[in-house]
Amino acid sequence: MSMPFYVSPEQVMKDKADYARKRIAQIRSGVVIDCEAGILFVAPNPSRALRKFSEMYDRIAFAAVGRYNEFESLRKAGVRYADMTGFQYDRQDVTARGLANWYGQLLGSLFTDSNKPYEVEIVVAEVGSTADADEIYRITFEGSVADEHGFVVMGGQADKVAAVLKDQYATGMSLTAAMTLAIAALSGQGDGASAEPVTSSQLEVALLERSRTHRAFRRLTGARLDALLAESTPKAATTTDETTGTEPTETEQTGPEEGGAGPGDDATGNGGSGG
Amino acid sequence: MGGFEPQARWQDSAFLAAGSSSFTDFLTMTAPELLPRIRHAVVSGEGGGGSVQHGSAGAAGSAVDLPHGTTIIAAECDGGAVMVGDRRATAGNMISQRDMDKVFGTDEYSCVGISGVAGIGIDLVRLFQVELEHYEKLEGRMLSLEGKANRLAGLVRANLGGAMQGLVAVPLLAGYDEDTQQGRIFSFDVAGGKYPERRFASIGSGSVFARGALKKLYRDGMSMEDVVLAVMQSLYDAADDDSATGGPDMSRRIYPVIATVNADGYRRMTDDEAAGYAEAVVSERLQAPDGPSAPLRSAAS
Repeated sequence: MSMPFYVSPEQVMKDKADYARKRIAQIRSGVVIDCEAGILFVAPNPSRALRKFSEMYDRIAFAAVGRYNEFESLRKAGVRYADMTGFQYDRQDVTARGLANWYGQLLGSLFTDSNKPYEVEIVVAEVGSTADADEIYRITFEGSVADEHGFVVMGGQADKVAAVLKDQYATGMSLTAAMTLAIAALSGQGDGASAEPVTSSQLEVALLERSRTHRAFRRLTGARLDALLAESTPKAATTTDETTGTEPTETEQTGPEEGGAGPGDDATGNGGSGG
Repeated sequence: MGGFEPQARWQDSAFLAAGSSSFTDFLTMTAPELLPRIRHAVVSGEGGGGSVQHGSAGAAGSAVDLPHGTTIIAAECDGGAVMVGDRRATAGNMISQRDMDKVFGTDEYSCVGISGVAGIGIDLVRLFQVELEHYEKLEGRMLSLEGKANRLAGLVRANLGGAMQGLVAVPLLAGYDEDTQQGRIFSFDVAGGKYPERRFASIGSGSVFARGALKKLYRDGMSMEDVVLAVMQSLYDAADDDSATGGPDMSRRIYPVIATVNADGYRRMTDDEAAGYAEAVVSERLQAPDGPSAPLRSAAS
């Protein structure tokens, strides 16, 4: 009988959390912005087949960044859970809060029980009849659930992207303004070629549209996205100058923002405790 | 935990499994008790809603005490399809509901009408609605119309045991086929038989009369408005001869449900629109009780 080396639980949890946090920081961020028209989802995604955003239930959407196969199985699990709950009770009994808590449980047990944590960060959002009634929850790889207001950054250099959003976000902004802000924030990611123009083929954009009566989720593609981008880009061009530094400069966002409980400082948030 | 707590035996692994995109399959694996299935033998007249026994002899041992949905008619029209259902539910010789909805939109491009035991039929539609939406969300595309019809046939067959005990319910499916840009109609039998129908079809107790009447009024390539009117005429004829089928209830302002599917999607007409058609038919029948007559000899001769 060979005895494995003893590794303390603290060390195991810390290693897993460090691994996941590191991997999540390497991917490109996605943003979720609450605006007048509803809840806007934007992320760089050249693929037409593998989606990061999708419909979960009538007025609830799912957004994720990370490893595709992992968040896709989480997405399917959530759709199953939502449909089963709605079938058993009623459609109005499926809520973003319930789903977020369920995801928290699920990811929490996956983090504890499996050798490799899920390298994902997900958002469950529900659009209400007014902006006050909107709900946005961010769930991290170890299962912590955060109730967010206004905007959320998922994955990547979240602090940096959040800094741009925090600076320019205004409650009740229009869809065009939200799109402009999203592009400004995302092009600020420190991956070198930040000043290149954004085209619709590089982006995945979706909207939980407030004015729709039944199923609120809509993908913005093709002509509609092109039109929205055309309206949004002139302003975006003016904001690129702040990101011209090709080096991913750490100075501009880390200091004061870190402690300020801004919606962006996710990856370093409560993951350190390791559950 | 949130507002709703999963039962302990709903394992996380079941939700995360690769699995199929069918909601029914998922429920069968995970929570079969949620499926609308008849598990126990039902003796005629027992377990229904009360002890009303009249008429059981005439109904030959079927579950006469339960509310039954009656007549549904569907017809193709130019670029789509129309479905109309009366509003009556009948339990034995009693009217149990005057304003029941028996035609349901099941997704963007399809609708289902049900006839037979109402409880079974309503659950069947509810499951079918979730089934279609579930597939659409998991796969990112809508099922083909043929695929929807096959799925519905499977759900109907799952109730075969119940049907053999008298709890019969069958659907009628009308949908818009995006590939061919036409409306199509499918009927079903309790054993899961699926029958593509041409031009028009009807189910339920008044269906025989409705079909006979519609046969004389229907022409290929009719506009949607004309088809709605023709179908309303035939529903009036069904209500005229079948006591279980309800015609337009002018005094209570309860009108048949009129649903349409075409390139713009599923739409249920408002009560005002339905009232317009109903009033046209009823006022005409006040003059000519048997309604419009078809020419005896075809125009070509």
